[in-house]
Amino acid sequence: MAERVAIVGVGQTVTKSKRPDVSTAETCAEVVEAALADAGMTMKDIDAVVTGSMEIADGYHNPDKWIIPELGAVGKSGFELQNVGTTGGVVACAGFALAASGVFETVLCVSWQRMDESVGAFGRGGGGLNEYWTRQYPMSPITNFARRTFAYMTNSGCKEEHLAMVRVKQDQCAMKNPHAQLKLGLTVEKVLESPVLAWPMRYLHMCPSSAGAAAIIVCPEKKARKVSKKPVWVEDYFTAHQGGGVTMAEDPSASTLKHACRTIYKRRGITNPKKEIQAWEVYEPSSSAELRWIEEVGLCEDYTAWKLFEQGKVGIDKEYPFNPSGGVTATNPIGATPIIRVIEVALQLRGDAGEHQIPGKIDRGLATAYGGQGENVVMLLRRSL
Amino acid sequence: MAQRVGIVAVAQTKYEEKPSQHVGELMYEVSRDVMKQTGLEFKSDGTGIDMTLAAAYDQFSGPAGLYMFLGYIVGAWQREDERVTSDGSLAVYYGALNILSGHCDTVLLVSYLKESPIPKNQVECMGLDQVYQRRIGLDFVSAAGLQAMKYIYKCGITPEQLAKVVVKARKNAKNNPFAFCCDDITVKDVLRSAMLCDPIRVQEAKPTPVDGACAMILASEEKAKKLTDKPIWITGIGSCYDHHELGYRDLAECESLSTAAKRAYKMAGIANPLKELDVAEISEHFAYQELMCYEGLGLCGKGEGGKFIDSGKTEMGGELPVNPSGGVLSGLPVCVAGMQRVAECVLQLRGEAKKRQVKGARKALAHGTDGPAGQQHCVIILEK
Repeated sequence: MAERVAIVGVGQTVTKSKRPDVSTAETCAEVVEAALADAGMTMKDIDAVVTGSMEIADGYHNPDKWIIPELGAVGKSGFELQNVGTTGGVVACAGFALAASGVFETVLCVSWQRMDESVGAFGRGGGGLNEYWTRQYPMSPITNFARRTFAYMTNSGCKEEHLAMVRVKQDQCAMKNPHAQLKLGLTVEKVLESPVLAWPMRYLHMCPSSAGAAAIIVCPEKKARKVSKKPVWVEDYFTAHQGGGVTMAEDPSASTLKHACRTIYKRRGITNPKKEIQAWEVYEPSSSAELRWIEEVGLCEDYTAWKLFEQGKVGIDKEYPFNPSGGVTATNPIGATPIIRVIEVALQLRGDAGEHQIPGKIDRGLATAYGGQGENVVMLLRRSL
Repeated sequence: MAQRVGIVAVAQTKYEEKPSQHVGELMYEVSRDVMKQTGLEFKSDGTGIDMTLAAAYDQFSGPAGLYMFLGYIVGAWQREDERVTSDGSLAVYYGALNILSGHCDTVLLVSYLKESPIPKNQVECMGLDQVYQRRIGLDFVSAAGLQAMKYIYKCGITPEQLAKVVVKARKNAKNNPFAFCCDDITVKDVLRSAMLCDPIRVQEAKPTPVDGACAMILASEEKAKKLTDKPIWITGIGSCYDHHELGYRDLAECESLSTAAKRAYKMAGIANPLKELDVAEISEHFAYQELMCYEGLGLCGKGEGGKFIDSGKTEMGGELPVNPSGGVLSGLPVCVAGMQRVAECVLQLRGEAKKRQVKGARKALAHGTDGPAGQQHCVIILEK
């Protein structure tokens, strides 16, 4: 990047399944107020606003037009981005680019989803597929993950019990996160008793329908040092997309995450991600996704992640502190989810994560965004520069 | 701007109803065209074009996310890829900022939209806020009607002045092989056409449905010089949001446009736009918007848009020809319109606009708008 940029303020909702008390715009205003307060700023300090949500899930057209004024951002520069599951990821990336461009000093990124106001993304998920070749399949996020997980189990030897162990770990983390939605006090037995949606995906394996929002404020280096005591630096980012690729992959469980991580590690000279990256917040919309993503980000060999769960090595205070926030299986306001990942990494780097803070020195973190057809956005953040 | 961003290639389809063509074919046609012009490709080792940036409206594809095809169609497997769901001019705006940030060196921009499969008004009704304005059945045409009424009343615009905008657009479009609507319509014909939404007549609104696509490649200064002998430089950009609720705005003013224009002029060092610019391509989805744009862009004083069209300064051969291509009134799909405005400016500055060429054009302005009654504006200054 031409100029180094940092995240100086963050805000996220306490995500719930329904928010009858506030409108979509008010949900966004909640997080913008929180982010501004966190940065010690007011809306006057903001130069540009980048927004985004998954329109097809909420059933509206260009919502930025009516949300921007309700945030008090009339007169600001900006635009709306949208990229299904990775929407929040590209919104954050655009924020980083705008702050590094030398044109703007303070950029606000806002993303949201109000799935309680629509029929929901699950039913519409298949609409994003190619109308000639892949839309004929009943391909919703659930069946998509059933297919991926079945392939994973066949290739790796992972059993249903291991999937349940992942879900229990996610739940234990979510219980410690004040912003998480599902806090269920699960056990392996409870997960295995929940009804099958599309085998091997059970009810408790899938992420919930959520209403929530998230916002971050990004500044170039000079401004960031002036306004923030704990700036979180953006080291690098990469978006790897492959729309239309659902049926093309040799291994259906694989995504573009591996390619995206390899690209970014090579650029930043990272050879041992397990040692060099301490905080991980990876977009896993189901428990089984977490297994595959642990492998794809380079923490262990392909098809071996389930063994880490069997050995009890994954958890906030364990060898692999993967997704300490409880992850996406516990909380998924789709558009906002990737920004929540960025925020959770930033909180870990700042040491502000509270009960779900990873112990020890945290200097570098990785946040990702995932889209249904295997798209990924990878963002690398740092405490020190 | 510390560094300049170059446009190295542009391409567009003919704009018309295209019932037999899938939107993917439109994307393929224009993106292959610009890739061929520059010799750039998406190589498997990660070199070539760094990023694809699409501009399209999701809801026009019905339930599907039609914007998901781009990478797949142009062969940009596992590349940087983002999608702007605002007017196409804002994709150019973001593409330029992305290159300035140093993250990418070359960006392929593609804007595509088929208006024919779904009623435009129905989608635009969903573009109004869910609590107040959507419930009363407002859409962008009725919002424009309210704005036009206020504007012509406050500034004393005559029906003939509005009709002149249409006559100019259609006449200029006769020189543009890509245009949808081009003929020798007269002021009388326009005034005789049916009322669409008082005071806007059918001929004073953008024809719909129209399908089409537009593409361009942006590159950093260093790269652009290598890629083409005739790079066109983006030297100023500006955008601005206004209030959404029509009642919160003075609809006869276009404050957000003047703010966006001031931002772009400041960056490009323009003090007197009328004198310094050689050609302008603006987004007038309705005839009255062109007159408001003259005012917002600072080409004439407040409330003088009507007199300005009468002066003939914006005709071909005038002091500042506006929309030599025929503009949005000659028929462009929404969203694509903004990017196509920039593409037309590039053709003008390269001297490749053929019959619609403005002689000796060195500095151009492209303008895009989005939202009800011109809520959001984007201004881009281009130089040879």
